[in-house]
Amino acid sequence: MATQTKQQIEEIEPFEAAQEIEGGDVVLVDTREPHEYQEAHLEGGKLVPPGLLGDEIAAAAPDKSARTILYCRSGNRSYTAAEQMEALGYTDVASMAGGILAWQEQGLPVVAASGLTPEQRDRYSRHTLLPEVGVDGQLKMLDAKVLLIGAGGLGAPTALYLAAAGIGTIGLVDDDVVDASNLQRQVIHNSERIGEPKTESARATIEALNPDVDVVEHRARLDASNIIEVLSGYDVIVDGADNFPTRYLLNDASVRLRKPVVSASILGFDGQVSTFVPYEGPCYRCLYPTPPPAEMAPSCSANGVLGVMAGTMGTLQANEVLKLVLGIGEPLVGRLLLYEALGTRFTELKVRRDPHCPICGDDAPEVPESELGKFPDYEAFCAGR
Amino acid sequence: MATIRIPPVLRAQTGGQTEVEAAGANVGEVLRALTAAHPDTESQLFGADGDLNRYVNVYLNDEDVRVLDGLETAVSDGDTVVILPAMAGG
Repeated sequence: MATQTKQQIEEIEPFEAAQEIEGGDVVLVDTREPHEYQEAHLEGGKLVPPGLLGDEIAAAAPDKSARTILYCRSGNRSYTAAEQMEALGYTDVASMAGGILAWQEQGLPVVAASGLTPEQRDRYSRHTLLPEVGVDGQLKMLDAKVLLIGAGGLGAPTALYLAAAGIGTIGLVDDDVVDASNLQRQVIHNSERIGEPKTESARATIEALNPDVDVVEHRARLDASNIIEVLSGYDVIVDGADNFPTRYLLNDASVRLRKPVVSASILGFDGQVSTFVPYEGPCYRCLYPTPPPAEMAPSCSANGVLGVMAGTMGTLQANEVLKLVLGIGEPLVGRLLLYEALGTRFTELKVRRDPHCPICGDDAPEVPESELGKFPDYEAFCAGR
Repeated sequence: MATIRIPPVLRAQTGGQTEVEAAGANVGEVLRALTAAHPDTESQLFGADGDLNRYVNVYLNDEDVRVLDGLETAVSDGDTVVILPAMAGG
């Protein structure tokens, strides 16, 4: 073996390769990595990554005597692969000099990932590599419009991950300003932003993270007068509100508009998360028909909350949103996931649609178009009056 | 014996315990055993009529007792009873 002289591999120019491919009867093999292939490849090129050549070449090129042209990015990996193939007994292998770069420089056509710019193909390559996402999934994310109720504890991590993922439009509803006591968990804000509106601070962070995201600020408190208008433009709603009146109002409005809500809440070392898809699964009121009295429902500002709880539950919400947008996996529909941080324990409970639910049940009244924006007094409802 | 999971808002009434062991043939008896051991939990779990308060969800293992037999739901040794109030923190 040691004395065997290395065979010279045949190298051909891109225009020669193009002529041969045009003529047919050529096996064309791409010897790059999957993410490179996905960005752009030659039509008909079969992907055999260098590390998998031994395992996969027989499937891509079953006939060892057939004319086979290999290419890579610039011609080095395909040359090495051609040497390996000759060692395996292939007799008519050529490597394309200069690779796909030279091919493209000569104006020859490639199959490119459609719809994504070169910058986006690079930015989202770890997504597009996943068969469950791919370029189509990434385009769905870039088209998606997601509304976050609250740019606080839960909203901060959710917004960061949705923005990084390339959710094209992120709406933020919050009327609060950044306070020093927020910074222990609201990681989208920072010390320099104390006193700034939270929506403005979140926008600055998101825009620095990903210029693909269009941030829409709703610097207001969600109430009966504005909720229908605010929700209307969005595909998925994320509930990270810090009070019951907003949670019940949001539920009732989202059922009327048939928009899915990914809902989470945190307190102390405990968190809950579920996904409410109107009429497919239960709604928030099926789970909690009546809000608890004030002494049973302290706020994070009164009770305290471990900062990382916001991250754990907020990123679980982001995961739910991405699954809904992509239409993959099993969202938490009809399931309530509890997380207890001290014991690091997850518990899953079943949540059923309540046939007597006043909002989504069988006997719930149809809400006519003219009444769509009319809601009862949730402050009174939640105060038990 | 069943294990009762205590939510954060009731832990002050159980001396900080997150889980309490309690005996009983059904969910009602198990919860009554809890309120006997920790009397301050009673008014938060039960109304004056002796029924569970509407704002308290109770699960036997992973199923809401409202879709089972309510407080009459039979409890076996080793079952878990989860007390779950709504939380609004965000």
